[in-house]
Amino acid sequence: MIWNEEFETLPREALEALQLKRMKAVVERVYTVVPYYRKKMEEAGINPSEIKSLKDISKLPFTTKEDLRVNYPFGLFAVPFEEVVRIHASSGTTGKPTVVGYTRRDIDTWAELMARTLTAGGAHKGDVVHNAYGYGLFTGGLGAHYGAEKIGAAVIPISGGNTKRQIMIMQDFGSTVLLCTPSYALNIADVMKDMNIEPSSLKLRVGLFGAEPWSENMREEIERKLNIKAIDIYGLSEVMGPGVASECIEGKKGLHVFEDCFIPEIINPDTGEVLPHGSAGELVFTTIMKEAFPVIRYRTRDISRLMPEPCVCGRTFYRMQRITGRSDDMLIIRGVNVFPSQIEHVLMGIKGVEPHYQIIVGREGALDMMEVQVEISEDIFSDEVKVLEKLNKRIEREIKDLLGVSCKVKLVEPKTIQRSEGKAKRVIDNRKL
Amino acid sequence: MKVEQISVFLENKSGRLAEVSDVLAKAGINIRALSLADTTDFGILRLIVNDTEKAKQALKDNGYTVGKTEVVAVEVEDRPGGLARILDVMKDKEINVEYMYAFVQKSGGNAIIIFRFDELEKAIIELQKAGIKILKGEDVHAL
Repeated sequence: MIWNEEFETLPREALEALQLKRMKAVVERVYTVVPYYRKKMEEAGINPSEIKSLKDISKLPFTTKEDLRVNYPFGLFAVPFEEVVRIHASSGTTGKPTVVGYTRRDIDTWAELMARTLTAGGAHKGDVVHNAYGYGLFTGGLGAHYGAEKIGAAVIPISGGNTKRQIMIMQDFGSTVLLCTPSYALNIADVMKDMNIEPSSLKLRVGLFGAEPWSENMREEIERKLNIKAIDIYGLSEVMGPGVASECIEGKKGLHVFEDCFIPEIINPDTGEVLPHGSAGELVFTTIMKEAFPVIRYRTRDISRLMPEPCVCGRTFYRMQRITGRSDDMLIIRGVNVFPSQIEHVLMGIKGVEPHYQIIVGREGALDMMEVQVEISEDIFSDEVKVLEKLNKRIEREIKDLLGVSCKVKLVEPKTIQRSEGKAKRVIDNRKL
Repeated sequence: MKVEQISVFLENKSGRLAEVSDVLAKAGINIRALSLADTTDFGILRLIVNDTEKAKQALKDNGYTVGKTEVVAVEVEDRPGGLARILDVMKDKEINVEYMYAFVQKSGGNAIIIFRFDELEKAIIELQKAGIKILKGEDVHAL
């Protein structure tokens, strides 16, 4: 099913004309009202009047997470602050989060995009949408919520956690559509098995999963264990939140990018060069419909490729391949973005702790587990167990406070963490997708 | 009145204790007393040796994290109630024992108990007042 036939099946020519018109407008606007964008464009020697075709987008400078960090919190907002009706945030690379804002119209656009996403995944009016994305600063919960209401489904805003209760509610309320991270879906399946509940006894029909990379194998496992169809959805708060791209249930091969709102590009992460369709590289988005927080050529660091081939569903939007990796060291732990630099930030804040650490990620059942190994120095060493255990707990607590995700800290002997020439190997990811 | 004790951080991995003993043996260090405190992930080895500085250096040179602490060595008569008498003093005076370990002398047969107190100076005074025999550092290191 298609939520918005008019836009989602627009012939490419008309779509590209619309993109160009919207892109010119947003470039002009950020140049005029956001001093930082103006400065960057001036430094790159480009004036908005020189943007005449869609290809000219490559003349514009990229926007990175670092740009967002130096403008913390509201420096890149492109509307007067009183027009902002919602603020969300996601992990930054250090102690400060990345902040994004929405006007009333942005919230409507977002709801429209999530309505399209849910419809593409086969949800409709009459469905009971079990929304287990986290509610709060994270965009997942509220983003999906508004879209589900827009299509006329009944939303259960259950948020994450307390899996047994989630399952009880699925049984009692007759949930038909599940929204959560793919790893949490597997966790639900495992807990259901422990509770001796047959998935076929539930009304669940389909799940829309995102916020972390997953694989075809994982899709098969989720579909088999929960007896549902599993759909991959994509988004990131800097660009909008969920609702940037979505698979269609008809094709289940690649995610349609909502191109009337976002212009995707694939670049070589090392050179910044734009790559032709079909090549794998880093995804870059320019938002052409957002008011409060437009981004110009935002580097997502996600690796994908664009697929221009027509899709069986009839949508004319290009598809992007499911995310296959990152061009930076960001980790996704239980749906939460984690940068090793954030953990370093915490460790550096504790007196006597050495900057030698390693992050080991694995799965226990379906749940991501993160262990942070910290080398013990003479400054923090004690002959008393309780002192070391207290230190251990303190580091665990401070990491949890900053990241919003728990981890296990393990103190290790000095020099046990491998020193490498040049870039230290901070992360060992043992997860098999 | 105080005895120097070294402590070594050890990960819970097989062979670690053997490696420490080896380092000390090669440095010609004699171990007088030792105890190991362990948790799920790590252990703390506490040692009293004949040459604290030399032992510390040898361990550090081999990449270990080493600490030095002062403890008290008390001689206890080898008969029922020996330890209880000392602990009663600590209880009365509200002095905390962080940890303790014991060993028996080769000659004489009296037991020696090593105490780590939260308030070292106060503990020494109270033990002396109660007439309990505290061993001198040099005597313990030279046992």
